Amino acid sequence: MSLDTDQNEIVVQVDNLSLEFTTSDGPVHALSDINLDIRSGEFISLIGPSGCGKTTLLRVIADLETHSAGDIRINGVSPADARRQRAYGYVFQAPALYPWRTVRKNVMLPLEIMGLPRADQQERAARYLEMVNLTGFENKYPWQLSGGMQQRVSIARALSVEPDLLLMDEPFGALDEITRDHLNQQLLDLWRKTGKTVVFVTHSIPEAVFLSTRVVVMSPRPGKIIDVIPCVFDKDRTLDVRETPAFLEVAHRVREGLKAGHSYDDD
Amino acid sequence: MTMTDKLFREGALLPVLTVVLSIIVIWYAGSIRLNSPQLIDRYEKNGLDWTFAELAFDAWEMERPVLPSPHQVGIELKKTVIDKPFTSKRSLVYHAGITLSSSLLGFALGALLGIGLAVGIVYVSTLDRSLMPWIIASQTIPILALAPMIIVVLGSIGITGLFPKSVISMYLCFFPVVVGMVKGLRSPEPILIDQMRTYSASATQIFFKLRLPSSIPFLFASLKVAVALSVVGAIVAELPTGGQGGLGARLLSGSYYGQITMIWAALIVASLVSASLVAFIGIMERIALRRLNGGQAALG
Repeated sequence: MSLDTDQNEIVVQVDNLSLEFTTSDGPVHALSDINLDIRSGEFISLIGPSGCGKTTLLRVIADLETHSAGDIRINGVSPADARRQRAYGYVFQAPALYPWRTVRKNVMLPLEIMGLPRADQQERAARYLEMVNLTGFENKYPWQLSGGMQQRVSIARALSVEPDLLLMDEPFGALDEITRDHLNQQLLDLWRKTGKTVVFVTHSIPEAVFLSTRVVVMSPRPGKIIDVIPCVFDKDRTLDVRETPAFLEVAHRVREGLKAGHSYDDD
Repeated sequence: MTMTDKLFREGALLPVLTVVLSIIVIWYAGSIRLNSPQLIDRYEKNGLDWTFAELAFDAWEMERPVLPSPHQVGIELKKTVIDKPFTSKRSLVYHAGITLSSSLLGFALGALLGIGLAVGIVYVSTLDRSLMPWIIASQTIPILALAPMIIVVLGSIGITGLFPKSVISMYLCFFPVVVGMVKGLRSPEPILIDQMRTYSASATQIFFKLRLPSSIPFLFASLKVAVALSVVGAIVAELPTGGQGGLGARLLSGSYYGQITMIWAALIVASLVSASLVAFIGIMERIALRRLNGGQAALG
């Protein structure tokens, strides 16, 4: 199968990457010999059971963790340099909003830190809040919003930095399934509109298959890549695609990959 | 919402009144118990017959009681707070003013010192390890032993008056502020610190945009303790400097001249000063926490 992003330049290049933590019980191999190239415009999901290192891999890309062996390049530079260039936006599991800031001021936070002129900050906040359908909520405080809306503010905040690369760590993990479906559809629309490269960590097979151009299946102890599965669905797909045989086939392959990685074993 | 509304609404008025009434009853009873040996002695010396009612009445009206009765203290308070002009050296308002000014200066200095030390401890790991034991040790020295030395040492280099007393208030005040602020500055969750890192925020930006606002609830809890301690510090400082005035000086002269009622009146004024300072910080805290929670009423 070929993807229309095959010829795009590589945004994230991971070569033989390993990461070991030292704990009181000895070393833990969080990541072992990871090889992965992510090209511009791709939507990559990292899926696997707890402890497979998917979040760790995302954090290495973001320079929140440092690898112990191998190499990783973001746009050809080290993760630390990429972070300093503000090459990516990061969406955490929790919305991580500041309760003392309004929705608008929350979105403006990274822009204040970047030292953008105030008018630009406000213009961008308005633009990205509109993109996540939160126009009209600018002056609300986080506690006045639902969990799904809070996470949308957090996505608008990550987008406001205008990065080409969006790193998302189970952003919808804490939400109910109805809200999650809704946000999946919105995220897909957003990705189509902006053409950003997305690396998305998830526990959910349907979510991964629905959103991604490729699903990376990982397994724990040591954290490694089991399979990389292309998902070629219609760009204008809606949630209904999840009922189609093609979708179920890809989802089946993801599940087989997880099984091969002993994700379903009792231990 | 006024204070009385709030007391009624939350059903706090009845319990508060009950406690106040109980204290007054116990006080009157205690005053009979503590003053009666002297009185009975006197009755027997003069060969007088006495009833319990007479004993109680005399105990509550003694000129030099061991424990003055509440109304005697009340009369003393009226004499020294309301009847005297505020500028008179016999006015408790005048003395409270002296104590208040040195506590407030000491409180301000102590709060600044405490915040400064907390920032150092949070940002410099060697300070964390080297400073904290000394800060804790500083509070194990009895302030009563230290106060005269501070006054004498500062006096010998020509610093007298308000400042040496404030230093003693500061010495007591900075401690709760350091402990509270260290906890407060470390209170942001790891995810928020990580997030700041993804923005490549500078240490200064993390401090002012995240750590400092997060520490405000902890700061106010500490400030309430500190402001009450600042009054204690000022009064202790006024004991060795007796002649210069202040509530501490009144306490001391009360005990020199055996004026127990005067001591009680000064004590009550001192506690009123402390209580109003704590209440004032409490109001500031409510306003600050409301802003911090985005207009939502603060918890607790």
